[in-house]
Amino acid sequence: MAVASTPALPSDREGVAARAGQALKSAAFSALVMFGLSVPILLLRTEQSDAGGLILVQRWGLVASACAIVFAVRLAVGLAGGRIVPRRQTAQARGAVTTAADPAAQSGFRLATIAAPLFVGVAIAFPVMIILAKGGLNEGRYWIDLGILILTYVMLGWGLNIVVGLAGLLDLGYVAFYAVGAYSYALLSTTFGLSFWICLPLAGILAALWGILLGFPVLRLRGDYLAIVTLAFGEIIRLVLINWVDVTGGGAGISSIPRVTFFGIPFTADEDGFAGRFGLDFSPMHRIIFLYYLILALALVTNLVTMRLRRLPVGRAWEALREDEIACRSLGINTTNTKLTAFAIGAMFGGFAGSFFAVRQGFISPESFNFLESATILAIVVLGGMGSQIGVAIAAIAMIGGPELLRNLGFLKAVFGEGFDPNEYRLLLFGLAMVLMMIWRPRGLISVREPSVVLKERKSISGDLVKEGHG
Amino acid sequence: MASSATPVLEVQHMTMRFGGLVAVGDLSFTARRGEITALIGPNGAGKTTVFNCITGFYRPTEGMIRLRHEGGSDYLLERLPGHAINWKAKVARTFQNIRLFSGMTVLENLLVAQHNSLMIASGFSLFGILGLPTYEKAQRAAIAKAEYWLDKTGLTARADDPAGDLPYGDQRRLEIARAMCTDPVLLCLDEPAAGLNPRESLELNTLLSSIRAEGTSLLLIEHDMSVVMEISDHVVVLDYGVKIADAAPASVRSDPRVIAAYLGVEDEEVGEVEAEVGLELTS
Repeated sequence: MAVASTPALPSDREGVAARAGQALKSAAFSALVMFGLSVPILLLRTEQSDAGGLILVQRWGLVASACAIVFAVRLAVGLAGGRIVPRRQTAQARGAVTTAADPAAQSGFRLATIAAPLFVGVAIAFPVMIILAKGGLNEGRYWIDLGILILTYVMLGWGLNIVVGLAGLLDLGYVAFYAVGAYSYALLSTTFGLSFWICLPLAGILAALWGILLGFPVLRLRGDYLAIVTLAFGEIIRLVLINWVDVTGGGAGISSIPRVTFFGIPFTADEDGFAGRFGLDFSPMHRIIFLYYLILALALVTNLVTMRLRRLPVGRAWEALREDEIACRSLGINTTNTKLTAFAIGAMFGGFAGSFFAVRQGFISPESFNFLESATILAIVVLGGMGSQIGVAIAAIAMIGGPELLRNLGFLKAVFGEGFDPNEYRLLLFGLAMVLMMIWRPRGLISVREPSVVLKERKSISGDLVKEGHG
Repeated sequence: MASSATPVLEVQHMTMRFGGLVAVGDLSFTARRGEITALIGPNGAGKTTVFNCITGFYRPTEGMIRLRHEGGSDYLLERLPGHAINWKAKVARTFQNIRLFSGMTVLENLLVAQHNSLMIASGFSLFGILGLPTYEKAQRAAIAKAEYWLDKTGLTARADDPAGDLPYGDQRRLEIARAMCTDPVLLCLDEPAAGLNPRESLELNTLLSSIRAEGTSLLLIEHDMSVVMEISDHVVVLDYGVKIADAAPASVRSDPRVIAAYLGVEDEEVGEVEAEVGLELTS
């Protein structure tokens, strides 16, 4: 695709006709590439024949539409004289001094300051808006469930952001702490009958302990080696959960985990239930809405604590560690402890999210904690912009809400035929989005860094200067 | 040299081997309190290795490095863990290739340097998270100290700019300011004048002299002889990891062994070579 997106070279001397020719040529080439790609991916489809066997269905129409779309888009871009790949700007080329006042950096900065209260407001009002729009409690269930899912990932993203974004330690096994949190709640509540509100802090503490346990052996490792060991750690936890059948129930998981209560009042239909006590008509949606606000509160606490920590010496030490570990040591910072606190606090929030997951599902099994989860959370952090809180939130909405959006694109059937299901192209679109991000925003959606302390004037720092850490 | 009796740093019989290579062999020297001691020598003489041993980045194969505080407490640097050399023994250093936190602002760089004292004031983050006033007060004091060093290094106007945006000379000075924010007893500077123009070099001399006047002893590696000869009180010359001279600057500059080492010839040929290149250092 890189060849296909080579820009036409617009020049005054060549004239319009030449440019149109160029555009046509590159559009034709792009369409050819699309044809090559779509033949193996889109053309053939297996379907059940009437006789019960599988038959191959050829979908030339779909391939033709795809090629036509690519051709049209490429032609339009070529005629407009636009470049698909933006000119690379290096910090040196722009001049060292101007970087701080970089307009892109400043606009990102403004976005972050204005968008934050807006996001929180929308998040708080979301269930009410959905219920009003859908005209009833039960009708809004799908959307509120989706909101809960997105907020869980926002929280996980913010938790991992401490480790990856601030301390610059690449952790590919974050889901392990999510699992520790979930199993902590599940086991403590089913074995000892402890309530969610007691188990929540316990789950966080246990996950933090596991974070420190993981931290010790990997402290000496950097870069790829650190990534591999954390990946292995995530898998070890999952395999232990599968194989230690006596305790964890193995692959069957743990079921009938006690549901969440409204600070002790259960969400049941009887007299003593939430609805009965507050004189409401019983609805299962009360519990869902309560879960929504619970995860919203947990996520906001994560955010608040992270923002606070960034302004404290420990947060600054994390960022300094990401920038230069050797310099940190020469300034008397105990890099071992600093890394361990990052691992522990990141893991703690993962644990909180995990116990929320368990109380929401009522059932957990090792299947929910595979590597793909870790990869998704890491992708949210990286796409959002490492270290940026608002960026992570936007990325979580896009990554988790985006695929759901595909389910609601019924009108595309009119273009691609009746059998077209946009949901099947989830991973393809995901890959495309990744490629586009790499081209346009290689440092994530919000790549600017906000200083944690200011003497006179608050200036945001361009992502070019901020290092990504040693691994 | 009234203070010549009290050494701040004593390096005794220090040897550093990397496999079969002896980078520093049986080196002993003393840096005196309140003085600027310069460590010079041709390229590859082992100066930076000595620095890395003193500041805990290497552990010397043999020997002892003793740091004495004014109160009488002694620290054996070769036995301390890396970060304690700065935090407990109060030895700060700068790097030959500048190591700033380039994505953080100048002020943040100076606050990271005060990490340990701020960490205690924030109750290891506990008071800080709760927003207790003790931490706020400590942070204000830390900023005041940072402002003092910003003023001394002429960087006040750039306080809120990212460190990576500063010109080279400013970055060098910021690194010194950052090291000074850790309240060192001994400040080790690895080629502070490298890459500076003559005017900046002169400013550096003033800055280093004023740091000495405030009671911090300095140990510096330097190639720029104008810096070495002008401000150092005492010069140690290394060649192939061995000390070949240890004296006041005036006598070092006329030492035939030093000149021989710098010109890369045998001692006996110094006169000849000097005549050839037109040098008349041996007065």
